[in-house]
Amino acid sequence: MADRTPAPDTPELRARWGAFEWTPENRKTADWHIAKYPEGRQRSAVMPLLDLAQRQVGAETDTQGWLPLPVIEYVAKYLDMPVIRVLEVASFYFMYNLKPVGKFHVQVCGTTPCMLRGSDDIMTACKKRGMKKGEVSEDGLWTLTEVECMGNCATAPMVQINDDNFEDLTPERLHAVLDALAAGEQPKAGTQEPGRHTSEPAGGPTTLKDMVTENHDYRGEW
Amino acid sequence: MPKVTVDGQEIEVPAGATVLQACEMAGKEIPRFCYHERLSIAGNCRMCLVEVKPGPPKPQASCALPAAEGQEIRTDSPMVKKAREGVMEFLLINHPLDCPICDQGGECDLQDQAVAYGRGGSRYHENKRAVTEKYMGPLIKTIMTRCIHCTRCVRFSEEIAGVDEIGALYRGEDMQITTYLEQAAAHELSANVIDLCPVGALTSRPYAFEARPWELKKTLSIDVSDAVGANIMLHSKGREVMRALPRVNDDVNEEWLSDKGRYQVDGLTKRRLDRVWIRREGTLQPAEWTEAFGMISGALKRGKASIAAVAGDLVDAETMFAAKALVNACGSQLTEARQTGMTYDVSNLAAVNFNSTFAGIETADAILIVGSNVRWEAALLNVRLRKAVKAGAKVYIIGPEWDPTYPATFLGSDLKILNRVPKELGDFMKSAKRPAVILGAAALAKGALPAALKLVDKFNLVRTSEDGSVWNGFNVLHISAARMASLMLGFALPGGMADVAAAKPKVLLSLGADEMDYAPYAKSLKVYIGHHGDKGAHHADIILPGASYAEKDGTYVNTEGRVQFAEKAVFAPGDAREDWTILRALADALRVNVGFDSFAELQAKMIAAVPALGEEGLADYGALPKADSSAKAEGEIAGYPIKDFYLTNPIARASAVMQQCSDELLHGADVKEAAE
Repeated sequence: MADRTPAPDTPELRARWGAFEWTPENRKTADWHIAKYPEGRQRSAVMPLLDLAQRQVGAETDTQGWLPLPVIEYVAKYLDMPVIRVLEVASFYFMYNLKPVGKFHVQVCGTTPCMLRGSDDIMTACKKRGMKKGEVSEDGLWTLTEVECMGNCATAPMVQINDDNFEDLTPERLHAVLDALAAGEQPKAGTQEPGRHTSEPAGGPTTLKDMVTENHDYRGEW
Repeated sequence: MPKVTVDGQEIEVPAGATVLQACEMAGKEIPRFCYHERLSIAGNCRMCLVEVKPGPPKPQASCALPAAEGQEIRTDSPMVKKAREGVMEFLLINHPLDCPICDQGGECDLQDQAVAYGRGGSRYHENKRAVTEKYMGPLIKTIMTRCIHCTRCVRFSEEIAGVDEIGALYRGEDMQITTYLEQAAAHELSANVIDLCPVGALTSRPYAFEARPWELKKTLSIDVSDAVGANIMLHSKGREVMRALPRVNDDVNEEWLSDKGRYQVDGLTKRRLDRVWIRREGTLQPAEWTEAFGMISGALKRGKASIAAVAGDLVDAETMFAAKALVNACGSQLTEARQTGMTYDVSNLAAVNFNSTFAGIETADAILIVGSNVRWEAALLNVRLRKAVKAGAKVYIIGPEWDPTYPATFLGSDLKILNRVPKELGDFMKSAKRPAVILGAAALAKGALPAALKLVDKFNLVRTSEDGSVWNGFNVLHISAARMASLMLGFALPGGMADVAAAKPKVLLSLGADEMDYAPYAKSLKVYIGHHGDKGAHHADIILPGASYAEKDGTYVNTEGRVQFAEKAVFAPGDAREDWTILRALADALRVNVGFDSFAELQAKMIAAVPALGEEGLADYGALPKADSSAKAEGEIAGYPIKDFYLTNPIARASAVMQQCSDELLHGADVKEAAE
């Protein structure tokens, strides 16, 4: 599991992030999120705002982004809520990074279905490329994290890299994806199995076969 | 009102009650950790599982399940027994078996319930979870490995104290209770989380490793650190008070206690006056009682009537009555307890009383606070105001700004606002159903009482509601535990301390008066009868060692006019005597008759003089006086009388714990490590 403690509160951290403020576009987005909730419930916007802040930090540092303590405090102040409540949220959800990450945050699912389908090989492949769990690689591109089930069991094994899932992986397919990312290209997200679209059964449907061509009404057959 | 069956016994429960409450009403004990009557329901410890029909065929958490018509509840079935054993086993998976070195041992919910509902042994062989130590300030000691994640402390600080500072970080097995960046919990009620913690995760730092609960003598007492009169229990071992814990009294303190009331008790053993001292050639030197009494009677040789008595903030009614009896027997009327020089009119005590009562102020819907930093002057009252605000009340405050923990509108600190009430405020107070005005010490000192009384008519503060109950919304909040008793005893002069100074008494008896100005009494023989070597003792010519609130029986009246009785927990140190015996002996030395020879006689005489002091409960002061229509309030409230919450009385000032709190929490001194 990833180390979920916040990055230490040092003077350097304060100096770097103490003046954090929304960019004009992000301020608009933040206010749009807040406006979604009824009067007096503005705190409900804490999750989208933390995500937005993480993305802004990511844009500033050319990484996936993370949440330094001053940024968490900024969000708390923006929503007029106690910092500890924001930190509770930020430390609860794995989508928020509490420590710096690389440009690509490779999250390898290691839960049972993925493990049975070869996630150990995926993990080894990642490590062979110089990634270490919970650390930013030397070139600043990669951070490796092992995570629990991401709900892609039908297309296991999978990794999540920033906002995209890459499924049906083999070490070769993973290398292709990572090479493309490193080269600045955007590989196709989703399943990497040739001929497969999403998570439909390999070799064609096994149930509800009549639904393939039309919206078949099965009710009479029950 | 739904009817439910608990273990075959049919009972009717109030609408909205939970299954757990229904079981309690039926006399069944339901084990619980996270559920607490005064906090919101969390439902996360799962210890209160019971079997409920109709419903899914599995145990239900009774604390979070509303009781409904026709429910059949079982608390004694095999399913319930198995469920409790299972939950207990889960809780103990990660809980260390360090009861022998844990301060909670003997008063630990987990320990008790493990014995009563656990399965006796563990089947768990893996390593236990360990959690790093958290710093929560000078009062709260944490051993977070023991935490079972009930979140009572989190809910207390958010809901009751109103200071969101404790939270639960991370998730699942890794969940940890901490403050933000491990800052100290810095509010006036922080130590209540120690009582709430069902295990030994949060324990008392000053009391760490001091005693076991079963070796302590428990004495019912009253907190004197403010005028709330919180009900406390003093736990003593031998001659020392080890700690003070709150008692449940829904009318006064519910079950909370301010940090000062709880932790000033270590001051009871420090800087104590334990022998007679007489000032000779400018320095205080040890002396004998007879010598001191001889000096006092010598000073009064030319006329006994030149004697005055000033009472301090911590004095009980009996001591004041004895002092008044002595002064009166000498032929003098000079008795005053408002030692800082306040002179408000005391001919009608309803005008200086907290008439709404603490429980009543919770139901107010419009509150105007004039000149009071309620959080520091009566922390437990602020809890009530917070409840009122949560129920929809609006609060306006006149005075310098402070953080009330609830939304409030500050109207500036100019008292003229009482003469010409802004239309917005006036309309709001008039349209409210239960409006209340709270007048604090800062406003009293500025002479705002007559002008504030005009608001009674203006806002219609006294009214009969539709159901026939009378609402009195005029309140005065005192900050001295002795105040209301002193006023009931007539221990006051029309001109206040100025009258005492003008009379130039030959002998000034100071009954623990540490906040008064001794400068006008340079020529008087100043006799300090008190328990701590504080400001009063520094100015005294003669020091007669007395007893603190823990060392004598006594009657106290809180700011609501609630008469409460405190009992003696320990003996006073050294030569110190209970104050009334000193005054009785002094009467002999002065050859006057005060009319009592024992505490019982003194009390009987006092009750004969002021019958209300003989009955525990609210005293009846009658109706509010007619306001003087020409009264005007003037002046700015420049500040509040309490400058440092932790150091307001001689006991607190002597207390190392309070001193540390003041340094660390208010003045930001660096945290002192144990090694220093």
